[in-house]
Amino acid sequence: MNWWQRLWHRQQMDEQLDKELHFHLEQQTADLIAGGLAPDEARRQARLTFGGPTQVTEECREARGTRWLEDLVQDFLYTVRMLRHKPGFTIASVITLALGIGASAAIFSAVDPILFEPLPYPHASKIMMIWDGSRDGGRLPGTFGAFRAMVERSRAFEAMAVMKTWQPTITSSAQPERLEGQRVSASYFQVLGVIPTLGRDFQESDDQFHGPNVAILSDTLWRRRFGGDPSIIGQQVKLDGDSFTVIGVMSKKFENILAPSAELWAPLQYDRSLPPQSREWGHHLRTIARLRPGATQTQASLELGQVLRDLASIYSRANTDYVTPDRFIVNPLQDDVTRSVKPALLVVIGAVMLVLLVACVNVTNLLLARGSQRRAEFAMRAALGAARMRLIRQLLTESLLLASIGGILGMVVAEVGVRALLALSPSGLPRANAITLNGTVFVFGLALTTLIGLMVGLVPALQASRDELNAGLHQSARSRIGGRQMARRTLVITEVSLALVLLVGAGLLLRSLQRLFAVDSGFNAAHLLTMQVQTSGHRFDDDTTRLFFSQSIDAVRNVPGVAAAAFTSQLPLSGDLDEYGVHFDPGPDGRPEGGYSVFRYAVTPGYLEAMGIPLQRGRLLNEHDIAGAPPAVLISESLAKRRFSGQDPIGHRLHVGRQDVPWYTIVGVVGDVKQLSLAVTESNAVYVPAAQWYFADDAMSLAVRAHGDAAALAPAIRDAIWSVDKDQPIVRVATMDKLVAATAAERRFVLILFEAFGLVALILAATGIYGVISGSVSERIREIGVRAALGASRSNILALVLRQGLALTTLGIFIGLAGAMVASQALVSLLFGISRLDPITYIGVILLLTGVSMVACWVPAWRASRVDPSITLRAE
Amino acid sequence: MPTKSDLPQGTLDLLILKIAALGPIHGYAIAQRLQLVSQDVVQVPQGSLYPALHRLENRGLLAADWKETETGREAKFYRLTRKGKTQLETETASWHRLADSIALILRLSAEGAK
Repeated sequence: MNWWQRLWHRQQMDEQLDKELHFHLEQQTADLIAGGLAPDEARRQARLTFGGPTQVTEECREARGTRWLEDLVQDFLYTVRMLRHKPGFTIASVITLALGIGASAAIFSAVDPILFEPLPYPHASKIMMIWDGSRDGGRLPGTFGAFRAMVERSRAFEAMAVMKTWQPTITSSAQPERLEGQRVSASYFQVLGVIPTLGRDFQESDDQFHGPNVAILSDTLWRRRFGGDPSIIGQQVKLDGDSFTVIGVMSKKFENILAPSAELWAPLQYDRSLPPQSREWGHHLRTIARLRPGATQTQASLELGQVLRDLASIYSRANTDYVTPDRFIVNPLQDDVTRSVKPALLVVIGAVMLVLLVACVNVTNLLLARGSQRRAEFAMRAALGAARMRLIRQLLTESLLLASIGGILGMVVAEVGVRALLALSPSGLPRANAITLNGTVFVFGLALTTLIGLMVGLVPALQASRDELNAGLHQSARSRIGGRQMARRTLVITEVSLALVLLVGAGLLLRSLQRLFAVDSGFNAAHLLTMQVQTSGHRFDDDTTRLFFSQSIDAVRNVPGVAAAAFTSQLPLSGDLDEYGVHFDPGPDGRPEGGYSVFRYAVTPGYLEAMGIPLQRGRLLNEHDIAGAPPAVLISESLAKRRFSGQDPIGHRLHVGRQDVPWYTIVGVVGDVKQLSLAVTESNAVYVPAAQWYFADDAMSLAVRAHGDAAALAPAIRDAIWSVDKDQPIVRVATMDKLVAATAAERRFVLILFEAFGLVALILAATGIYGVISGSVSERIREIGVRAALGASRSNILALVLRQGLALTTLGIFIGLAGAMVASQALVSLLFGISRLDPITYIGVILLLTGVSMVACWVPAWRASRVDPSITLRAE
Repeated sequence: MPTKSDLPQGTLDLLILKIAALGPIHGYAIAQRLQLVSQDVVQVPQGSLYPALHRLENRGLLAADWKETETGREAKFYRLTRKGKTQLETETASWHRLADSIALILRLSAEGAK
């Protein structure tokens, strides 16, 4: 029989063993009777020589070698029984663990693909992102000119590519649709290390000035618009009125990190002769490159430094006004992609670890409390012969089972949590589509569960076994209680301090967000609807574009409910970024003075009025500032201060960008506006009439001030514009309130997580305090009875217990304060307008924690104050 | 009554195997025979006999069947397996080697002490 059969047939084996031993005894008795003894005496002697039958039976069972499994089954069944009899304890522990494990597994699933997993490309660590470094230490997008210089002169890279976004409208067959796409140089996919599954990749011959119109489709676009038909290769599609030949389809698995929503690609086709003052010198391209095997990031940086020196002469020859980069910044693509979110994610990881820690401490505390209630039980079992190891194992089984149930529930929490995270996540989160509750995370959760089970099980198990077990049998033995209370108090203090750290984090973020929303955006966001209107196709040149926008604005103004409306080339807080260099005439030395980088707004008349941007001096732009009229410009308050420092700027002249056009004359000064985000104070701006700008912007943002609900106007306004031309795409429809909220999305995301974590920690700490104080009241019930008998009033006793709780809380708060002061350093990048040691936050959190802990102490304290001395003393 | 000695560690298994080698035998008879053969010098605590039998059975050195005794009662009879036989041979050989060398050493030191 193998051990499994022995285990399975143990009932039968026990019967046989019994029979065998009986046979022995009877046989011996019979022999002794035959030897002349009286039957009773014979039976007695036989038993005596044989030894204790129970012990022999036990040893024989032991000899089977299946004992451990039988014990395990027994421990398990016992645990299940025990947990069912204590539903309060079980539910509290399981929920605590599920929240702790679930939250950490959810956060881990979200963070893993972003921060830790390599990007989904072969040898992804070789892919670098290259930026132009500006003189003030910032990063600028690259230029085609610099890209060409790098391609020709660099040896460290085996492939380089530049790209820009592209939003063509597809008009063939079905309904017109605005697509997200990219214009890329020929080696784009080669740098990423991917090839189309169908058709071919771009070639150098595709990427020539006036080269062939070819396009590669994404798998989703191919399936959505073309039904996944493989014969698409070689067919024509109409994009912005031009025919493009489809040459390839990307794989379904291809994840385009650099533009996750892009669905098609076409060659960039810039002019390699690099004409001066052309787009080839504009900073608007992103550059990626793949290192040659063996080449390093440092080598590449050094080499690009050399390219930059050569480039300086090319720039001067190109006679361009564009900014010459100060240096090239080479970064691994992965770092680049995660750069903006990394601090926030690391903070979130730290916070969730704290929550997990609080959860562990809380469960340990619950198990400790259980341990103290079960002292008598353990003492009894030890007295009946249970080995010490057996008791430890029993406790470990209990905690592992608890942890497993907690773990399973935790995975459910994690699944829900991941979905919630995705729903809440700021839109800029990279690789958001790669976030799922995956196998790795499951293993992570399982490992956590086991670890926590062992950790949590260990403390009470050691405590229970360290006790002089039979001491527990004596009612009056209370010497150990002090030690266990000590351990539980330490745990409660830990919980309070961890909760304080989390709450301080939440408080700091909350106050930052309040500060942020209190920031003056510079315009009136209420009742403001915005949307971007684009022109697409060949029939639009500068004149027709201007005509289209001016007809559109007339149509919009006729919509009932519209108070004011105007177009602008860039909209504040929308993600638009359109900066130009400004030259004033004359500078202090009599020559045009440059060096000012400003936001350029090409606006139609009435824009500043519609936005509610205040005029501070001079006049606003109006219907008379048209193409033939003298060019007029408004400057922002901060630009006026910077350049004119107190003098009147009205009447001074300036150039925006190109200097070979007539001067703009400053006619007014207007208030500063937050363009990039509420947190960024960069407000040098110029407003020029769209009609006087040297080209017509083909995408303009509409700002509409409504009499009532702005969002409700959207369909009517869209229809009004489409009544002018039904083929023009309208995108980014959003109220200004929504755009304002979105600028704080990342902070809000982290804040929501911190609030949730802080709340969990607070609840756990409160239950911890409650558990310890009510345990302590039970143990001191006689002492309290004596006090009451000696004349202590109810309020005396109430105060006594509350003081005890307050002492724990205070100690926890002090330790937590030290922790929070250190930990808040990690939050600094997410704070706005307050110090990380903001006293109001700290005081508020301390008051909150003290209040909650007082509430938690109140119930046991009240119970203590109701103790009837005559009853408790009689029990002695 | 002659002086009784405790069994040296591990020898009980060897003795059981040896006795079982003589033919199928039940637990009580093994105890009787141990006592008889050793002329009461070896005192087997009967309580430890059964765990030893079960251990040997689980290790596959003994096999057991329920059979009727001559008195017509059912008893568990143990017999040596092939594996048990090999084990008995190796252990017997090693016991002899050990006993011989111990005897040799004892004799030497006895002589040296004179």
